[in-house]
Amino acid sequence: MADTTFGPGADQRLTLADTRESYLAMTRRKRMYGGILLVLFIALMASGWSVSEERNAGGFVNGVPQLFDFPAEVFSEAWRDRANLPGIFWEHVPALIETVNIAAVATLLGALMAMSLSLLATRGLARWPRLVGLFRRTMDGLRAVPEIVIALVLIYVLGGGPVPAVIAIALHTGGALGKLFSEVAENADLKPVEGLASVGANWSQRMWLGVIPQVAPNWLSYALLRFEINVRASAILGFVGEGGIGHDLKLAMQWGQGRYDNVVAIFALLFITIVIIDQVSDHYRNKLVKGT
Amino acid sequence: MTASVPAVATPSPSLADTVISTFARRRRIAIGIPLVILAYLTYAAISFDIGGLIKRASFENASILLSDFWSHKTHVTRDNRTDTVVVAIEGESKGTYPDGMLPDWVTIAGGVTTIDLGTGHVVTYDDAGARFVVPSYGTIDIREVNGKPVMTAPEPIPDWISVAENKVSVTTDAGRFNYSRSKVETFKYQAGWELWFFTLDSPFYGKGVGELLSLATFGDRVDPARTNIGYMVSEFWTNKMWRHGDVAWAIFETILMAFLGTTAAALVAFPLGFLAARNFMPLGSMRFAVRRLFDFVRGVDGLIWTVILARAFGPGPMTGAIAIAITDVGSFGKMFSEALENIDEKQVEGVQSTGANSLQRARFGVLPQVTPVLLSQVLYYLESNTRSATVIGAIVGGGIGLLLTQAIITQKDWEEVAYYMLLIVLMVMLMDSLSGWLRRKLIKGE
Repeated sequence: MADTTFGPGADQRLTLADTRESYLAMTRRKRMYGGILLVLFIALMASGWSVSEERNAGGFVNGVPQLFDFPAEVFSEAWRDRANLPGIFWEHVPALIETVNIAAVATLLGALMAMSLSLLATRGLARWPRLVGLFRRTMDGLRAVPEIVIALVLIYVLGGGPVPAVIAIALHTGGALGKLFSEVAENADLKPVEGLASVGANWSQRMWLGVIPQVAPNWLSYALLRFEINVRASAILGFVGEGGIGHDLKLAMQWGQGRYDNVVAIFALLFITIVIIDQVSDHYRNKLVKGT
Repeated sequence: MTASVPAVATPSPSLADTVISTFARRRRIAIGIPLVILAYLTYAAISFDIGGLIKRASFENASILLSDFWSHKTHVTRDNRTDTVVVAIEGESKGTYPDGMLPDWVTIAGGVTTIDLGTGHVVTYDDAGARFVVPSYGTIDIREVNGKPVMTAPEPIPDWISVAENKVSVTTDAGRFNYSRSKVETFKYQAGWELWFFTLDSPFYGKGVGELLSLATFGDRVDPARTNIGYMVSEFWTNKMWRHGDVAWAIFETILMAFLGTTAAALVAFPLGFLAARNFMPLGSMRFAVRRLFDFVRGVDGLIWTVILARAFGPGPMTGAIAIAITDVGSFGKMFSEALENIDEKQVEGVQSTGANSLQRARFGVLPQVTPVLLSQVLYYLESNTRSATVIGAIVGGGIGLLLTQAIITQKDWEEVAYYMLLIVLMVMLMDSLSGWLRRKLIKGE
């Protein structure tokens, strides 16, 4: 305080002690809020777990010792019949390829859909600026519907097979990637687009030659990440619906004892595939985003 | 850049060659990539048997599905042996009209049942058989001769009437009609989801909004033991057709699975993330072990965890929550350790210069930096796990996923499927905006 003549009287003026006092009070208040939030959070967690345990068929305490019973049973049986394993591996490879194909086709179709949707939904690039909101809501809607809902309904209409899963995953991918794509496209440099416009390029030429080359590395990286996610989704959809390695796993599980060598083979195939795909995609994503 | 060398009128041949060859390569890629994609899609189309699929696809199922999404049908069935007439919504016992109660378009008088399907379509059941009056066509008359239905209708018989030896079926826009030896059935389609609020046995069925309001506020008690509004809520909550109470619990269970799974995963992954970060864990072997653990947990995948856990803990929401938690520990651990490796060391050094020990350094130097990043990832996963919880619920038998798969497996209650789908989409959108709101509130700080 430079000017002491005007300002509050000496008794009301803030001294160093007051500042310290108010700082400590603020810290105390923050701590109290933090504490209240923590207590609330712990209460929520505790009551949540107890409710969910109550509604579970088996309790947690009884379940924990059994946690390794099933894997142990499965693996011991598989170990007994280990001579069969290589043959079983080959038996399930076509189903595994189908699962990966479902994911790949769905990612491809979803990414193509996301490409056009995201460009139409990005301000500054949209073909019809008035419809940006509409396309955004479309993407939100596509993202919100879980794959299983579409897949199960389509199985009823189209019959079994991989196509319902492809359509379901592709629609979800279109929405999810569309949002990410559009965030990337928002940051694209508009100069090439203007340059192309000045030589009379139409909208699709402007996008194809002006925007896509800029955003391609980031888009590809997101698409690869999505492919990883979709391989998992495709396996799960196979378990709930039809097609691919998930379906084989369900059949083997339903058979139970005597087919556990199949279960182990499928677990191993799925595990190896997912790890390989994760590693490869991780490598290429690093390369794409950080530059070669 | 040719502009920087103005003295040269034409670029040197080598430069021109390079440019031309680059262009040619680019052009080959630009044509090649779509060709490769197209070839792959063709291969996929063949291996997925698209041709067979189109043959197998049932568009009749699709139209049933679509019509059930927005309408319901009421069955008017006469058992030809006992001569009893039953009126039931969707043909279900839960939707059967009790004795003495009929929809206003059905009249039963002296053994003659008259069903008015609207727009002049009238079906009559009587002792001799049944008649269906279709405007602009004529009367389809069915009589029982020697125990078999014999139809008389204006010739030529159109293709919406199908006649077999023991069965006559008529499909019109107003409704469907089937006559077989054992029974006659008429289906009337009406818009809306019937009995959504109150079932037929409820005293509040068929009352308008105004009537219900006046009952709820100052009307006489329908059941002297309790207030009307409480009675109404309980009738709605225990609605046998739509089971609102069970559905609400299922939604709650699904959200609970996602919440518990995500938070538990974050709590477990947080300390593990420190063990896997280069700047906090000097011991390389420990780092390697923790990172491989994350990879393993992620690689085993939610599906396998769910299957294993369902064996140990039985079906239910806890199993789903643990499955989500285990799968996400891998993802969170990886992301947390990356976030921890990317922190600004200056703040940690600043705290260290005041003589802070390692725990204090972590609390005041590291935590404030990483909290927003971690929190935003956790909130993003909370939303995405709500969707996963729907699928996992279908496998472990809990939540709305179970209800949905059950409703689909019966292949009958499509209006319930539509209802659950709508609720799932609303639930995911709600969690989406909730997580977005929390992210803004907690991270950008308001």
